[in-house]
Amino acid sequence: MGFLDTLLGRTKPVQPKLDDLFALPSAAVTLDAGAGFKPTGSGSVCFRPVEGRSFSDVQKDVQELLNSSSHAEGGLPVEVSKDDYGFNWLVSSRMSDELEALVTDLHAVNSSLVDNGFGPQLLCTLVAFRDEQERRLALIYLYKRGSFYPFAPLSGERRDNALELQIKGVIGDDLKWEQDLARWFPVWGAPGM
Amino acid sequence: MAARTRYAPDRGLTVRMTATMFLLGVVFVAFIAAIIGIGTAYGASSTAIVFFAVILGGGFAIGSLFYSDKIALATAGAHEVSPTDSPEAARLHGIVDRLCALADMPKPRVAIADTDMPNAFATGRNADHAVVCATRGILRRLENDELEGVLAHEMSHVAHKDVQVMTIASFLAIIAALLVRIAFYGELFGGGRRSNDSNAGVVMLALMAVSIVVYAVSFLLIRLLSRYRELSADRSGALLTGRPSSLKAALVKVTGDMARIPTRDLRTSQPLNAFFFTPAAHLSASSSKLANAFSTHPSLERRLAELDKVQQQLGRTAG
Repeated sequence: MGFLDTLLGRTKPVQPKLDDLFALPSAAVTLDAGAGFKPTGSGSVCFRPVEGRSFSDVQKDVQELLNSSSHAEGGLPVEVSKDDYGFNWLVSSRMSDELEALVTDLHAVNSSLVDNGFGPQLLCTLVAFRDEQERRLALIYLYKRGSFYPFAPLSGERRDNALELQIKGVIGDDLKWEQDLARWFPVWGAPGM
Repeated sequence: MAARTRYAPDRGLTVRMTATMFLLGVVFVAFIAAIIGIGTAYGASSTAIVFFAVILGGGFAIGSLFYSDKIALATAGAHEVSPTDSPEAARLHGIVDRLCALADMPKPRVAIADTDMPNAFATGRNADHAVVCATRGILRRLENDELEGVLAHEMSHVAHKDVQVMTIASFLAIIAALLVRIAFYGELFGGGRRSNDSNAGVVMLALMAVSIVVYAVSFLLIRLLSRYRELSADRSGALLTGRPSSLKAALVKVTGDMARIPTRDLRTSQPLNAFFFTPAAHLSASSSKLANAFSTHPSLERRLAELDKVQQQLGRTAG
């Protein structure tokens, strides 16, 4: 925030960075080769809903847009769910080998929200992975920072920190990682995990 | 294709706040000019006093700025908590996590104060040294979305560096108060002008009069500035969460409860008034203009009206 904004007590809302998401498909290849995690085909966008008709209209439009494109390709409809913290998750499910299409879907959601002026409401995007031992992993993309971090939940709201750090090492420079570990916030009960 | 923004600043508020800060600056300059005028008319010793008072006052101001988080926590009887300490702590951390991700702020330390009085505050000279605290009372009374609105308001204070701004604004009042004290108790004027005792008395009176006037004017201006900063924080918090009505509900709940708390508890929380979500004392239920002028926070009606504006702004349909 600029000096003048601070002085005058104005917060400029942070706009999201959208394009780094497209690094995911190539990173997924490295992840599979290095650690054996494959995408489950599920990805979601998490955003803060705004009160009022305007936002709910935009949300409905986005949902229809995604449904029409996925229906045309024989895919599953998009679901919207609400979490305990009042955030909405738009979950898209694709076949597990269609990661590029999934990422394009997620990018379409982001762009629609941004185009309608709701960019600052975007929180994160989550893409789910699983390995042969059924361990769950999500790669979470923080829009405001333009960076990724891994999230490996265990039962009972615990995290497998060792696995997360291992995944970061395995994927290495293929993704832009969030350097500040304090920002790797957990998303317990995220849909699609 | 540029994205449209719904987050247009509130120009009226900005203009009023700028005018208040400008007036504070004018008062400061007038004060220094008066002191120097008095000093050169009666000898150089008064400028030495001013210099001494500025150093002392500056020292207090800088010290309080750097230790604001420790001071605030100690005064409120709050303890830092981690997410695994209790379900309350986990809930608080979860809300703060998401707010920080939305606002792209580093995560502050999180503390809980052991009192049933509902309130929340955030302090710290910048976002990297910040702490946000909620009382058990507020955690008990508010729903998640209302609590989130309150915390977003508090974190906006940190983002706007309100601790720094208010400390600098109070700097002048501190100096004026110090000068009154020094002129009253010290005999620096009398000591330097052996041959002119009557002049020394006049100088001291003039100095005291100027200091008192300056203190009174800057006190009112600082309170005014504090109210505008509160409105800014309300606004930023509501824009961040996208739910002005949750913040309104929280305000109504907290203000209503505060009014019923006996005065014994309120007096112990006076020093932290400027940082609290709502002031710990109400001068009268029917907010008279005079009571309002002395308040660090705007009236409930004013805050709700400003939040209505935010609601309209967010609800503007595409067009």
